Amino acid sequence: MFRDAALVAAKDLRLEARSRVAFNQIAPLALVILLLFAFALDPARGVLARAAPGLFWVAVLLCALFAVQRAFAIESGDGRSDALRLSGLDPAGIFLGKVAAIALELAALEVLLGLGVAVLYDASFGGWVLLVATGASATAAIAAAGTLYGVLAAGLRVRETLLPLLLLPVLAPVLIGSTRAFEAAFSGVPADGWPWLGLLTLFALVYLVAGALAFGSLLEDM
Amino acid sequence: MHDAGYVIAAWAVVFGGLLVYALVTMARGRRLSDRVPPEERRWM
Amino acid sequence: MTTATNETTPAATGAPRGTGSTTTRVLGLTALVGVGVLVGLGLFWSPPEEVQGDLARIMYVHVPSASLAYLSCFVTAAGSVMYLWKRSEWWDTLAYASAEIGALFMAFACITGSIWARPTWGTFWVWDDARLVTSAMLLLLLLGYLALRKVPGDPDVRAKRSAWLGVLLPINVVLVRQSVEWWRTLHQKATLQPLGGGAKIEDLMLFSLFVGFVVLTLVWVWLLIHRFRLAWLERRVEERELSVAIDERRAEARVSGSGAARFGSAIGPGGGP
Repeated sequence: MFRDAALVAAKDLRLEARSRVAFNQIAPLALVILLLFAFALDPARGVLARAAPGLFWVAVLLCALFAVQRAFAIESGDGRSDALRLSGLDPAGIFLGKVAAIALELAALEVLLGLGVAVLYDASFGGWVLLVATGASATAAIAAAGTLYGVLAAGLRVRETLLPLLLLPVLAPVLIGSTRAFEAAFSGVPADGWPWLGLLTLFALVYLVAGALAFGSLLEDM
Repeated sequence: MHDAGYVIAAWAVVFGGLLVYALVTMARGRRLSDRVPPEERRWM
Repeated sequence: MTTATNETTPAATGAPRGTGSTTTRVLGLTALVGVGVLVGLGLFWSPPEEVQGDLARIMYVHVPSASLAYLSCFVTAAGSVMYLWKRSEWWDTLAYASAEIGALFMAFACITGSIWARPTWGTFWVWDDARLVTSAMLLLLLLGYLALRKVPGDPDVRAKRSAWLGVLLPINVVLVRQSVEWWRTLHQKATLQPLGGGAKIEDLMLFSLFVGFVVLTLVWVWLLIHRFRLAWLERRVEERELSVAIDERRAEARVSGSGAARFGSAIGPGGGP
């Protein structure tokens, strides 16, 4: 299963390395979102710095939507989903591989967004252990839920509009948890953040297991 | 009754909503049942 | 509800027109009488509450609506699990019907709750109550489920995808509830309580609430049966339209020459000229 996952993840990342859709389109979009928040909120009164953790994660969620769309767009058309289905790979492995590829792309995006938040919003970072742990957990949670809901909407003509409606309410706990944990880390009281890290990890595990179980039957008619 | 406006509004939302939904559902059922042969819709 | 008449097609066909039957007619009439009793009890006969006064009367419809919405969510999840196990249309249809009625009752609960909160808390909405936020999120999750259900396409594919979505529904509710609870209470304790906290509730008020539960549950069951049958009819019509479309394509293929017909049937019903 994990060997299959590595194969699928390597394939998706190789495709990204060649097409550079995430690099050329999603990453600049993330910066656009950061600028839009600055225009919407008044930068002069320190609102941006205070809201930085939440704005960071909202930007991640929006970009995750596009990353998930992209991850399933590369499987559609020309019988490519049949090829995936008939490849003999373990469906749970395919799921985990897609999750891993999306998670790695999101992690790179988060580093970029983190730099953007530090520079543009004048946010001060702290509590690095909690910060990195929260980032890893939340990224895994977003990628796992995103992949599962992505396959639920895959192949439908209305997938572009359906996926956000299905996925974003589900990710609300991740947004709450990761934002609170980041706030705790930023403000130098990491003790407040650890319960949230637990919730994020639980969320990620639930969706990794659910996705691994469901993917086989959902892949049949992608 | 005090605050009668709020109370009436809340009750009107619930029972008005239920009435509209029930009527719409039954009307759709009637329209669709004309297009389905009777042996496929023998309710218990 | 009052339009549940006995009008049927001629006896030869043996099936009623619409989604009504003797069971639903009896149930509907009982529910209708119950609504009358509930209106009398809730709005007139029961006394105003000590702290909230007459505003507590909203609770007689608000609390049952919210409870039935959560029950619907549970029924949808159960129907989804059963569908994935048995693969029967019955369970799929039950999950669908229950989700739509759940969304309706959850909308009632949110709206009546806001109407109650306005004079009580001075605002339509507060973020300090995990129940409120969780309910609103459940409404959105149900709307997402219904959106997936309304996408046209292969009924079996739709049923399978919806079933997985339905299975995830209660899991999401638990996760949302837990996160909102922590979010609002880690730093400050929730201080607001519906029904006036420790105020003494008179017997007649308790009885009115009980009647509210019974009556709205009757209405819920009545709606569920009708919606179930409607979904059943929708699927029959969908299947018939599909087979009619296939027949038309075949007929077209036959008209436009035998060679074309052979070609058309070789590559399937959608491949006709």
